[in-house]
Amino acid sequence: MRLLDRRVANAVILLLLLTAPYWINAVGGYTALGSRVLVLALAATSLNFLLGFTGVLSFGHAAYFGLGVYGAGLTIKYLYANTLAGMAVGVAVGTLAAAIVGVMIVRLRGVYFAMVTIAFGQVFYYIAYQWNSVTGGDDGLSGWRRVPISLGFTTVDILGSDKALYYLILICFLVSVAVMAALLASPFGRTLLAVRENERRARFLGIPVDRHIWLSWMVSCFFVSLAGTLYALLNNFADPHDLRWDQSGDFVIMAVLGGMRSFWGPLLGAVIFVVLQDYVSSQTENWMSFIGLLFVLVVLFFPRGVLGIIGRKTAS
Amino acid sequence: MTQLVLFNLFNGLIIGAFYALMALGLSLILNLSGVINFAHGGFLAIGGYLAYMLMPQIGFWGALAVAPILTALIGIAAERLFIRRVYGRDPLYSLLLTFGLAFMIEDGTRFIWGASTVPFAVPSYLSSSLSNEFFFLTGYRVFMVALVIAAVAALFLILGQTRLGMRIRAGTLDLETVSVLGINVRILRNVNFGLGIYLAGLAGVLAAGMLGLQPTIGSSLIMPSFVAIIVGGLGSLPGTLLGGLLIGAASGVVTVFYPSASEAVIYVMMALVLLVRPHGLLGEEGRF
Amino acid sequence: MKSSKSPHSTSRRQIIKGAAAAGLAQIASPFVWSARAADNVKFGLDNPLTGVYAELGKNEQIGCELAIAEINAKGGILGRQVELLVEDSTSADTGTAVQKGRKLIERDKVDFLLGNVNSAMAIALGDLSNELKTLQIVTGGHTDSVTGTDCHWNVFRVCNTTRMETNAVAKTLFDKYGKKWYFITPDYAFGHTLQQGFEASLKEFGGTELGADLSPLGTTDYSAYLIKAQAANPDVIILLQAGDDAVNVLKQAVQFGLDKKFHIAGAQQELEVLNGLPPNARIGTWVFEWYWKQPGVPHLDEFVSAIRKRTGGKVPTARHWFGHVAVWSCALVANQEKTLDAVKLAKALENFKLPPEVALMPNDPFYRAGDHQLMPSLYVGEAMEHGAEPEDLFHVSQVVKGTDAALPVADTGCHLKWPT
Repeated sequence: MRLLDRRVANAVILLLLLTAPYWINAVGGYTALGSRVLVLALAATSLNFLLGFTGVLSFGHAAYFGLGVYGAGLTIKYLYANTLAGMAVGVAVGTLAAAIVGVMIVRLRGVYFAMVTIAFGQVFYYIAYQWNSVTGGDDGLSGWRRVPISLGFTTVDILGSDKALYYLILICFLVSVAVMAALLASPFGRTLLAVRENERRARFLGIPVDRHIWLSWMVSCFFVSLAGTLYALLNNFADPHDLRWDQSGDFVIMAVLGGMRSFWGPLLGAVIFVVLQDYVSSQTENWMSFIGLLFVLVVLFFPRGVLGIIGRKTAS
Repeated sequence: MTQLVLFNLFNGLIIGAFYALMALGLSLILNLSGVINFAHGGFLAIGGYLAYMLMPQIGFWGALAVAPILTALIGIAAERLFIRRVYGRDPLYSLLLTFGLAFMIEDGTRFIWGASTVPFAVPSYLSSSLSNEFFFLTGYRVFMVALVIAAVAALFLILGQTRLGMRIRAGTLDLETVSVLGINVRILRNVNFGLGIYLAGLAGVLAAGMLGLQPTIGSSLIMPSFVAIIVGGLGSLPGTLLGGLLIGAASGVVTVFYPSASEAVIYVMMALVLLVRPHGLLGEEGRF
Repeated sequence: MKSSKSPHSTSRRQIIKGAAAAGLAQIASPFVWSARAADNVKFGLDNPLTGVYAELGKNEQIGCELAIAEINAKGGILGRQVELLVEDSTSADTGTAVQKGRKLIERDKVDFLLGNVNSAMAIALGDLSNELKTLQIVTGGHTDSVTGTDCHWNVFRVCNTTRMETNAVAKTLFDKYGKKWYFITPDYAFGHTLQQGFEASLKEFGGTELGADLSPLGTTDYSAYLIKAQAANPDVIILLQAGDDAVNVLKQAVQFGLDKKFHIAGAQQELEVLNGLPPNARIGTWVFEWYWKQPGVPHLDEFVSAIRKRTGGKVPTARHWFGHVAVWSCALVANQEKTLDAVKLAKALENFKLPPEVALMPNDPFYRAGDHQLMPSLYVGEAMEHGAEPEDLFHVSQVVKGTDAALPVADTGCHLKWPT
């Protein structure tokens, strides 16, 4: 029964995402909003691979997100005006940085781990800010745009058509999410859950915990830097703020809001967070109070996130 | 050059003392209740704004005395309404809860007092440099560090010599046993939170003298406070004090040689400390 | 299954219902946002309303709102009523600013885009509006490249470039106060270009730069910089900070007693900063982009009193003026050309002179054709605790023509590419 439920849920979600550009205007949205939701949902899902499924909190994921943004932007602007090349470089840079940092920090736990991820994030932020001859500094990296992708037989005009961009982002999102889901269902994924539940016991069972955390970190940062490259394409802009700790905080909030323990939780969290913030900030300049109240209510009454409520209802 | 370094070291220590004041409040709350209070900066802002409102009526010294107390009362109310519901849970929840509260406080202060920076004037006898020999100090900074020393001394006195302090210290080590021994842990946590917020309010009044008083005044000061706690080590108040002074001094000295890195250096320092000593300088194993 | 009718879940539900009701009372239903008439002419303002730039963004908004009320009273644009759609770009998150810009242009179909105070956002929005072929007027972002290397055919700017500001005041500082200068510069493009502007002037006049330090944006403690400046013993200490950073550095400079020993000066200064300073810190020589007290300027008093009604009695600042000018510029050319076509209006705005009731300053400001930069007058003067009136915090000693202070178009790096 539950397997059928899950398959139905997956199918419904897939259907909604595939047809989004066609119904989103009717509900007062716009396609670019949907693209933004997907990019941030990918980032939040990647973070949740580490947070919800391995039990490790990172507050510095925006660093690798931001490296993806800059990697893509700098490539398209200075090296080779090609979207796929930009994406590849962005992902490579973000993942490489994550690999190096990961080796250094994997010994730490808890709040210390979270704070040291902030520290490294701030260092990258500072570099992006300072190196303004290359990155544009505080003014950001501008003067470039996403390049239509030529596939030989046709050209995908992601520059002119926001629907085309949406579907490119959707494809990347679905592939990434499928890979992460497959990893979580594998023995590796099961081990991560064991580490999350009781690290000491896992260690006693002979599981190399540090190595598993590093691998989880790597997977998580790989996909978050991919999300970063997509963000660069969406905005046609790279900005040091993309690397800051409050950007990281947004990812964490989306994961918790939607439900850390469930796979689609971060997607739902991203939908709620982005749409709500977009909508509420158009209605009132006091939107911060509403969003703040939302966090408070979620933490106090829905700690398992929105999906946690639904889960509890179907269970009883 | 060495003279310049020494002057900056001195000033850095003074600013470090200010960070330590804020961080001590945070640390008190974290140690006893396991709550990461991201709204600390918001309470700092409230302290500053309350002082600004009270100053025309009761003068600067009156505002300095009263505003932190009022802020602490607001903190105690917040603890009763919101904070106490996340005790015992993963610190992530307290972080998100207080993050939400911080948003509400920032918006609230903007709603009440406007987005404009409001002019906060300290008495003129504080607001000038001391003399030509001590040109590198201002009267205000000397006053600030004196106040911080007094506050820290009072804090350690309370913790070391009073029954309340003893209960807080015991609770930091083993709250369950303290509860079993008949101490009302609820009230203890409440008062402890109030004490921490008092320090935030005091820091707010001091900050308003040196910085522009506007709704985001707390948000730029909260990160260095967290860094101070981590550098010093979680669970250790002397560690927090040391952490604050260290990052202030580092920032000051770095400004002599490479001024644009003066903010980044505290993060580099935190990363280095954690890589070498994963629990901070004076932190204990097993806490978080 | 046992039914979970615990007392907690009931009270929990009640609280949530209460909160939801309170929230909904503030916000109307999402499906009713189209209370706007479809045939209004729409301006979209994408400006910070939260964060560090909230005050500046809000003041620009008030200026825009006044202009729109005035335009509607005079019959609107092309006989249609005008409305203003406002979105919060936030002060730091450019992704949000771009998102809101797209929302305004693509979903809300605004005819004109206005914004942003934050230079990075101004550039990003310029690129967006160029992609979507919408006329944009940058109200308050000062980085030079907006009308320089990042210029676009559809983007115009009201506020000055940093070079115009430094050129306006440099000679006065040099002649009156001395040749040896020390800079404390905020570490972002705005600060860098201000410093470069002053350095070019220094070189031209034969002065000396004793030193320069970069302070990170948001620095709270300027003691190190102020001590270094003092040790260098210059004639003038140049502080290039803006906004909150300016409040911080000036407050601390006065606490160090530097205003008694050296002359403090800089380029851009704003009334919002002077208002936020304690009276004894309102010092120094600065450039204002517009000021509310200008004897003899026509229509100024009406503007001041109209703004006072909207701000609860406070006088207008340059930010109010930027918003007011931006909206009126669009309305005037639209009514003049009898079209809303962006290309035609952009061409009409080139060399367009502001009429006196919009200019509110001497010397006939106009938009320069080569880079779309407004050439206003700049006000050099000294900050003061207060003048005859408590809100008069700046004593204007000299009015400089924008055309005299600006770089020639060829030196700005702007190459406009018009659509074919």
